Amino acid sequence: MVSDTRSEPALRSGAVVPARAGAGLKADHVADILETGADIGFFEVHAENYMGAGGPPHRQLEAIRSRYPLSLHGVGLSIGGEQPLDKEHLQRLSNLNRRYEPGLFSEHLAWSSHDTTYFNDLLPVPYDEATLNRVCDHIDEVQETVGRRMLLENPSTYVAFAQSTMSELDFLSEIVRRTGCGLLLDINNVHVSCTNHERSASDYLAAFPMAAVGEIHLGGHAPDQDDAGRPLLIDAHDREVDTAVWQLYEDVIGANGPLPTLIEWDNNVPAWPVLLAEAQAADRILAQPAGARRKHAV
Amino acid sequence: MRSEMRSPLSPPQVDAASFGRALFDPQSATPDGLTGPDGQTAPKRFNVYRNNVIVSLSEALGETFPAVKTLLGDDYFKALARAFVTAHPPASPVLIWYGAEFADFLSAFPPLQSYPYLGDVARLEWAWLQAYHAADEAALDPARLGDIDPQRLGDVRFTPHPAVHVVTSRWPVWTIARANRFEPDEVGAADLSEPQSVLITRPDMDVNVFLLRAGGAGFTLDLLQGHTLADAAGRAQEEDESFSLSDCLSDCLAAGAFSGLLLDE
Repeated sequence: MVSDTRSEPALRSGAVVPARAGAGLKADHVADILETGADIGFFEVHAENYMGAGGPPHRQLEAIRSRYPLSLHGVGLSIGGEQPLDKEHLQRLSNLNRRYEPGLFSEHLAWSSHDTTYFNDLLPVPYDEATLNRVCDHIDEVQETVGRRMLLENPSTYVAFAQSTMSELDFLSEIVRRTGCGLLLDINNVHVSCTNHERSASDYLAAFPMAAVGEIHLGGHAPDQDDAGRPLLIDAHDREVDTAVWQLYEDVIGANGPLPTLIEWDNNVPAWPVLLAEAQAADRILAQPAGARRKHAV
Repeated sequence: MRSEMRSPLSPPQVDAASFGRALFDPQSATPDGLTGPDGQTAPKRFNVYRNNVIVSLSEALGETFPAVKTLLGDDYFKALARAFVTAHPPASPVLIWYGAEFADFLSAFPPLQSYPYLGDVARLEWAWLQAYHAADEAALDPARLGDIDPQRLGDVRFTPHPAVHVVTSRWPVWTIARANRFEPDEVGAADLSEPQSVLITRPDMDVNVFLLRAGGAGFTLDLLQGHTLADAAGRAQEEDESFSLSDCLSDCLAAGAFSGLLLDE
């Protein structure tokens, strides 16, 4: 289900990412991982951390890539931005795809650059026709330049746009229909956004276009409160996956079968065994008989 | 905007320009049209984005300049980083390239004028980061100089290694950087009257920093800029009679400052 029929012959997507749990790769963990030969399905890296010319980051990633399937996750392309994509940045992403041949390649439904400023955050987009057209044009450009199908990740949001004319689900579904891209379903983002906007996460997930999903993200969030004292969850990636998110994940896997699942832990990063234990918890859910209706990855 | 007449059928539009301006101006109002679930404008919700932007960029700066951060203390660094991030936000999504202007910003920051070495410590840390991410290349094998006709040694020019940097300072920049980052347990008090310059290289995976001896900085910089060995040595000799060509050249070669050599035909 993560196969890629759109690839140019020049670009091979490397080892297929299996329907197992993986972890976000942290430089501090690499020695531990290689020494212990950690039994884990795959690693995911933020593309922007590997855009230097050389040095230890590439040496480490080569070592990981030679032993594990890889997922390449961009965080700075600003696909939801108002201005044209940064051609140089897109080329860097394309080069990384060629160099490391990841099994999966993803980016975000968000914007992060405007004019000459990069904001280093995944900022929200209004769900209206003009934005939809722009996002689809940008995804077409990404898939044409990189020469492969990409996965688009659903966002965590803290505000809604009064100008939005469609739901997030309709917006995502229409993107998939028009561009042929896949989706990265971040279940923590679903829980965070649905809590923040007082919607049902279960209903959202039941209506999610699962056929397009090539990967799942799980991560931790930080609880806060908004101006009126309502719960406001922050997508902090700074702790264990929340119980409510595990429950939603179990439901999704039970209903849809196993999918490659990443544990994201980017701040207050724990020792490697703690992160590995989170991945193993996801693996146990993936292996449950209820979800044993395995679709074979090709 | 708020005072304009608006039909209830056309909700306020928020574009990236107004969203972005508000992110960097904590005094400005939350853009009209960004709401919570009750449809009301939601300042605290918008502040999550403001906070993410400032904090994540400040943290990126702290990771690039840990010695400066230690010297200033966490609270001061946080306030300073906010001022820098607001004045010089990154242009590129590749944050390993963020902070090129930080050293000059520190040098010119009025409240820090009594710590004039801070800018040079930041220059050293910036050069260290550039060396860390530079292209991988083998360093010149010093034995290759032995293959050159001794009569022509003076005409040799060197190709700079992609990771090489020289940081010159009127201050003991290396002692200060070691004490606050690289070897905090092994360094005593800095003698502020001692100028120091360093050569930074990465012939393999480890970034190395070498204290240059007297006359070594100008000589090394001349060689890196493509001057011949004879020119660079002559200039260094003029500057400082105690300059030792063999010592300074050995330092450069041992450190891996060059990736190749050229001899004009």
